Parts: sequence; structure tokens; C-alpha cells
Amino acid sequence: MSEAQQPQEDLFTIIGNLFRGMRVTWRQMFLPRVTTEYPKTMREKPQRFHGRHVLNRYPDGMEKCIGCQLCAGVCPAQCIYVRGKDNDPANPMSPGERYGYVYEINLLRCIFCGLCVEACPTEAITMTSLFEMSVTNREDAIYTKKELLVEPDGTPNHMFPDDELADLDELRAADGWMRATAPQGRAAFQGVPGWTPSAGVGLRPPEAGQGNTVAPDPEDEEGDE
Amino acid sequence: MELLLVIARVLLSFTIGLGVVVLLVWGERKVVADMQSRLGPMRTGPYGILQTVADGLKLLFKEQVTPSRVERFVFELAPFLSAVPALLLVLVIPFARPLEVTIGGEARTLQFAALDLNIGLLFILAMSSIAVYAVVLAGWSSGSKYPLIGGVRGSAQAISYEAAMGLAMVAVVMWSTTLPAVSDLGALSLSEIVLRQQTSFFGGALSWIPAWNVVPQFPAFVIFMVAIFAETNRAPFDMVEAEQEIVAGFHTEYSGMRFAMFFLAEYMNMFTMSALAVSLFLGGWGGPFLDQVGGLTATLLSFVYLLIKVAAVLFLFVWVRASFPRFRYDQLMNLGWKRLIPTALVWLILSTIVVSYRQFGAPWS
Repeated sequence: MSEAQQPQEDLFTIIGNLFRGMRVTWRQMFLPRVTTEYPKTMREKPQRFHGRHVLNRYPDGMEKCIGCQLCAGVCPAQCIYVRGKDNDPANPMSPGERYGYVYEINLLRCIFCGLCVEACPTEAITMTSLFEMSVTNREDAIYTKKELLVEPDGTPNHMFPDDELADLDELRAADGWMRATAPQGRAAFQGVPGWTPSAGVGLRPPEAGQGNTVAPDPEDEEGDE
Repeated sequence: MELLLVIARVLLSFTIGLGVVVLLVWGERKVVADMQSRLGPMRTGPYGILQTVADGLKLLFKEQVTPSRVERFVFELAPFLSAVPALLLVLVIPFARPLEVTIGGEARTLQFAALDLNIGLLFILAMSSIAVYAVVLAGWSSGSKYPLIGGVRGSAQAISYEAAMGLAMVAVVMWSTTLPAVSDLGALSLSEIVLRQQTSFFGGALSWIPAWNVVPQFPAFVIFMVAIFAETNRAPFDMVEAEQEIVAGFHTEYSGMRFAMFFLAEYMNMFTMSALAVSLFLGGWGGPFLDQVGGLTATLLSFVYLLIKVAAVLFLFVWVRASFPRFRYDQLMNLGWKRLIPTALVWLILSTIVVSYRQFGAPWS
């Protein structure tokens, strides 16, 4: 571009523009920072964050999973493997006839779509806000029932509880979302904390409008964050 | 005794220079981060203040890769050509008020510059010109296209801006000759220029206003500031190492400690040039209450004044870097040859007239 094509401005305008530019950066210095210092502080996750799965229990400690394999069937990434087994009547693992004997999710394949959560008839599998799932080999990325099943008090398990980086407090605060498809989620139970939330930590009342009544559009209620 | 004093002064200069560089690298990252809504280094030490030390250690243990097509001797010489002049430049900066002491029964004045050269400014110009060779030779010997472009840009840029910088300096020196002489070092010595600025233009109630050169020599100050941005290859004149265009410019092929030397030299030059600007225009270590307290306290206080002023100029460096995009190459040349040098020449003529009027009186008398 030749100089003749450039807009001709007088010297004072040019110098004034320089200072205008510097004022922008000066103001920026006093605005809040957007960076979070990740391992030290964590940003609050959205309510319906699609994080790691857990297998829930009933408040009495029974496993919710009945080994029906609907989650495995609906999984678009085919990363869930379930094998059910008949309950021992003397010592049942779950309230029903069968329970999930083997339950494995390959989290390298999982696309965190949440279809397994929607398919589950008993709300056995839900998603938490946990997202730290890095592993050093592929075998470790396959979460088995040992890691997926929550403790009787509702706390999820950590893949490497002995690792120094494992933040076990984070597990306690973990909470996922669940659709109220379980029988306890009906409208009759509104306001009654009759069902354990996703990870079982901290009882939470069911969402308004669940169940048989006509549900209002959730988009209208929530509004953008 | 004499030797010990010299060694102590040199060590003091180096320590101050390197200490400021360590803080400057960290400070620059922090300030730029602030201006971009980021946090900057936070992990090494409180607020990441040890980041430079960590980076230095890392570079120390890194492999020094030598590409196969380099001119080996020149390639290895260039980092030294860059770092050594940068370190030498620090030696002439007067850091604090001279201290009157008695050593071994002999009264003497301790200068806080490692070298009281009576040709101080010439020394600075000479050394900063040598540093350009480092850029050119590094670019040429790397045997790679981006360093070569960076080196060529470096040489052209240095020629265009050193002229303007020199002319601005000449105007200051000439102005300085009209101020009352303090020592026998002559007006080219940096210590002397600083000392002469400690007087005042006014008497009586206004005598606390110091005779800093920035007021009578304001155009020279502006030209000098622009020129040192180009001289130290800082944004918006960092054509030499323009990351977005030519990778890292002249030091693309350098790694490990060799790169660290270029890096050290760049920041050391920033510090010396800021200290130079402060010494030439902003009264050096001068500030209020120095004469009242006197002695060692005054020396320490004057050092603090110098650090504050240098920090302000360095902040300007970083601020400008965070604010402005890089100049295009022809714009850079335009600004240097068509704007700065003519302005500096006109200003030089004007101040010549004023200076000769002040010294010799009106020509018609």
C-alpha cells in the first residue's frame, strides 16, 4: 500500500489515538481475572454437568442396578458392558430379581451423552460432576463396578485413591443430575426427599413438575446463566 | 584497596542489573497478564516471583541444539556478542548519589557507577552498536531462512534508529553544558549529566523544582524513548523476532543457554536503556530530601528514587507492548528516516541556537 492511499490524519489525532489504545489496556488491569487456578480452585460446574458415571445405591445400601443391560443397549459408543446375575435370596444385592454382576464402562470410548442415564429404569447409573479421569494406560480407563459403585454413604470411589493428586474431598461434593424416571420421582413425592440424588450425597428434593402432571417447559423457568 | 573498590563496584552494578532483570522478566509477564485478564505466573514462589529463576535453571539444563548447517564458530560467538555488551552497558549507569567516605584516613567520594568514563555516552553508543552484530551474525550463521530475515531486519532497524537516538543524546549533552559543572568529568559523562540535573532553574520558593532535562529537552525525550524501543527490539518494533511472521527471528535456531544469553541481553538492554533515559532526562537518582538527610541515608534513598523511576519507564515498555500491534516493516522505516531523524535534526539545530545564546550571548551584541 502506498502512502498516498493511507488516510491522512494530523499528528495530534495520531498521538491521541495512541493514548486511547493505552487507556484500554490500563483499564483492563483493574478488571477481574478470568483465569481460575485449576487444581487449587475449581470453577463451579453447571448443574447438569455430564461427568463421570456412578452406580447408585438405595438409602438402605442396596444396589440400584438390576443388570437389565438397557444402558449397554442404548450406548451409541458401545462402551458399557453389563452382565446380570440372579440375586441370592438369602443375601440380595439389589431389591429385585437380578443385579449387575459385571459392570464396566470404557471411559476412553464414552462420549458422555447421558443416554445410559436416560435409559436406566431404576436410576442406577447417573452422571456426576467429576471430570478428572486421566490415566496412564488404557486398561485403567475401563472403570469397573469397584470404581463405579458408590460407597454406602453415597460417596463415589476414586480410581486411584492412593494417588497424591487424588482429591477425595472433591468426591464428597460431587453431584450429578438425574431424570426422575424412577418410581420415587413421581409427582406425589414432590417436596419429599424420598429418593437419593445422583451420588447420594445430601438429600435433594425432586424437581418441580416431575411425574404425571403436565410439566412446564423447563426452558422458561430456568433462564440463562 | 583501589582494586578491591573497583571489583566491588563492578559486582554491585552486575548484581543490580541482574536482579532487576530477574524481576523484570517476571514483572513483564505479570503486567501483560493483568492487561489481558489473566493471572500470569502463580506457581513458583509467592505470585510466581521465582518464575525467572525456574526458567533460567530449566534453560541451563537443556540441550544446546546445533543444527547441521550452521557456521559453527560464528553461531557460538553470537550469543556472547549479545550478552557481553549488554553487561558492559550496566557499568556506566550511576545508581546512587556519590557518598563521601573516609577510607584508610583518606577522604574520597565513592561513585556508584562501576565506570566513571568521561566518554560515558560514547561508550553506550559503541556498545549498543556492537550488540547489533550479534543479531546479524546470529541470523546469518544459523543457515536458516527465518533467522536470516530477522538478522537483516535487525541491521536495517538499528541503522535507522541509532541515528535518531544519537542525535537526541547530542541535544541533551549540549544542553547539559549550559548547566553549572559539578565535577571534572565533562558533559559526556553520565554521572556528570545526572549531577548537573540536581540544580534548579529557579531560585527562592521554587528551588525545589529540579533542572531535569525532560522539561527543556522534551522533544529529544520523546525521540529518545521511541528510539530505545527500537534499539532494544521491543514491541511495537520487534521486527527482529516477530513471532507471527518469522518464528523467533534471529534466535530461532538457538536453544538452551545460548538462547538464555540472548534473552538475558534483551532484558538487560531494556534495563540499561531505561536507566539511561532516566539518567539523561529524568534526573537520574535525584529526588526530594536528598540534601536534607545526607550521608549514607541519602545514598540509599537516591538508589530507591532511581529504582522507582526505572520501574516507571520499564512499566511503560511493558504497557506499550501490551497495547500496540507490531509495525509493518515499511512503516518502521518511514517512522525512523522520515519522521524521527528530521525531527531530531531540527530540534538539534534549535537547541544549538538556544545553547549558544545562553553561553555567548546574543550574536548582535
